[in-house]
Amino acid sequence: MNMREKIEAAAARYPDQRSAIMPALLIAQKDHGHLPGPVLEEVADILGVERIWVYELATFYTLFHTEPVGMFHLQLCDNVSCMLRGSEDLLRHLEVVLGIKKGGTTPDGLFTLSTVECLGACEMAPVMQVGDDYHGDLDIARIDALMDRLRATAGQATGAADLAAAAPPGE
Amino acid sequence: MFEPVLLRNMDVPDGHLLATYEAGGGYQALAKALREHTPDEIVDLVKQSNLRGRGGAGFPTGMKWSFVPKRAGKPKYLCCNADEGEPGTFKDRIIMERDPHQLIEGMAISAYAIGAETAYVYIRGEYVLAIRRLEQAIAEAHAKGYLGTRILGSDFSFVVHIHCGAGAYICGEETAMLDSLEGKRAQPRLKPPFPAVEGLYASPTAINNVETLACVPHILARGPDWFRGIGPDKSPGPKLYCLSGQVRKPGLYELPMGIPLRELVEDHAGGPPPGRKIKAVIPGGVSAPLIPECGLDVGMDFDSLAAAGSMLGSAGVIVIDDSTCMVKVATRIIEFFHHESCGKCTPCREGLNWVVKVLRRVEAGQGAPGDLEQLEALCKGIFGNSFCALGDGAAMGLKAALAHFEHEFVAHIEEQRCPFH
Repeated sequence: MNMREKIEAAAARYPDQRSAIMPALLIAQKDHGHLPGPVLEEVADILGVERIWVYELATFYTLFHTEPVGMFHLQLCDNVSCMLRGSEDLLRHLEVVLGIKKGGTTPDGLFTLSTVECLGACEMAPVMQVGDDYHGDLDIARIDALMDRLRATAGQATGAADLAAAAPPGE
Repeated sequence: MFEPVLLRNMDVPDGHLLATYEAGGGYQALAKALREHTPDEIVDLVKQSNLRGRGGAGFPTGMKWSFVPKRAGKPKYLCCNADEGEPGTFKDRIIMERDPHQLIEGMAISAYAIGAETAYVYIRGEYVLAIRRLEQAIAEAHAKGYLGTRILGSDFSFVVHIHCGAGAYICGEETAMLDSLEGKRAQPRLKPPFPAVEGLYASPTAINNVETLACVPHILARGPDWFRGIGPDKSPGPKLYCLSGQVRKPGLYELPMGIPLRELVEDHAGGPPPGRKIKAVIPGGVSAPLIPECGLDVGMDFDSLAAAGSMLGSAGVIVIDDSTCMVKVATRIIEFFHHESCGKCTPCREGLNWVVKVLRRVEAGQGAPGDLEQLEALCKGIFGNSFCALGDGAAMGLKAALAHFEHEFVAHIEEQRCPFH
């Protein structure tokens, strides 16, 4: 299904099309990687709702990105349970390894590094979400092994030249 | 020996599949409910069980259902609150990942009791595996006739939809969740009207937490007396406790409501790391005021913890040992509430911003005389004056840290450094 068909299918679950904005934004973000203005307007047009309603949601909820993020978005939890088990050290390590500060994206467009509020996986703290997957019980060695796996995955998926082309604008 | 029921399938291979759930007697309670009971009888059974909501507030579930009008002239809705965002809490995620049919069966029985034909599970968007498992379970239940039209040959029809959140803690507040479900920014609504009368799309709506709904099939199957026989009279039943932080065996534990906090932390979760002592415990997610080590002989139930100046909340138990700076913990907690404030009301939006600035300064060794008095005054300005419980939770947490660990705050200001770094 294309994006419009997926959004229309999601909207069928609700008696009011406005309710479908959030699911539609999640679908659009999955398709486009992030949510620039034209995509937000397309979502509004598909649902037949006010554009401002779509903008309101895209800028309120933290899982929506109106700016590009890297191929792998590293979302390290640093809330209390993870903090008590060393998430600060992991953040410092990631900043050194990636050569970027929290909130930044590597020049090759591979990694964006963020800290997030609780991921709801405190039993395996410290924990980080990468894409759809949770990685828990992290330490420096496990972080390094994970980064190696992600780089290998990226290499297999696209090749270095494609990656450079995929780098977000301005990076 | 306590027999876990909510977590009985946790270690069973393929515990998330319908075949596994059915093999353990799954959906028999739904069949029994539809075959033997009227909706009013189900509400009465849940009232008799004295089940109190497991999302944090502890409101009696049967009573909440009884507020849903029988004849409304509008569709009724059931909403499952699966927007688990309270730091320290992960119980609902594990139910949905490993035993999602338990939730679906609970929802079907609950919907039958209140007369709803449509339900939405509002689940936080980060929980990708839980969402996938729940989608799969809903499809399986439909295919087998546990969801859909004329369920198990009865007159009852019911569908469940998943609605993914997008990273806003405030959606755990039930009226903010309704706004979010309606496609708006999640901000709490003025009550009354309460959702039971005027909720989703201004229709009667029951909103229950995942763990609450997961208890319902067991109450139907085993009877309210069984449920009421576990734990204290006023807060009975099995309970899921989330253990995290500086403790040897973090994890999810199912034990009777009312178990002493010290027993939970030291015996079941193994106590603090080797060579360390417990300094404090947050008993119910970061909204719950912390309890210093000397106060751990308290029952983990709604009333005992309230009497001790804290609350059961989400039962997200965070253990803090003696290597940790309490100013840092307090700062991180307030940073969370500041980040998650929806912006609707001034005391919460502006007050927490101010509190964070003062706390960060104190933690960094740049505190000034009078900062503690200012923090106290800010707490007073936020508590009871914010629109919803988010501001109250932040203020209560900070007040408890200031009350029990004032000497650490004073040391930061007097020594102009963090004594723990």
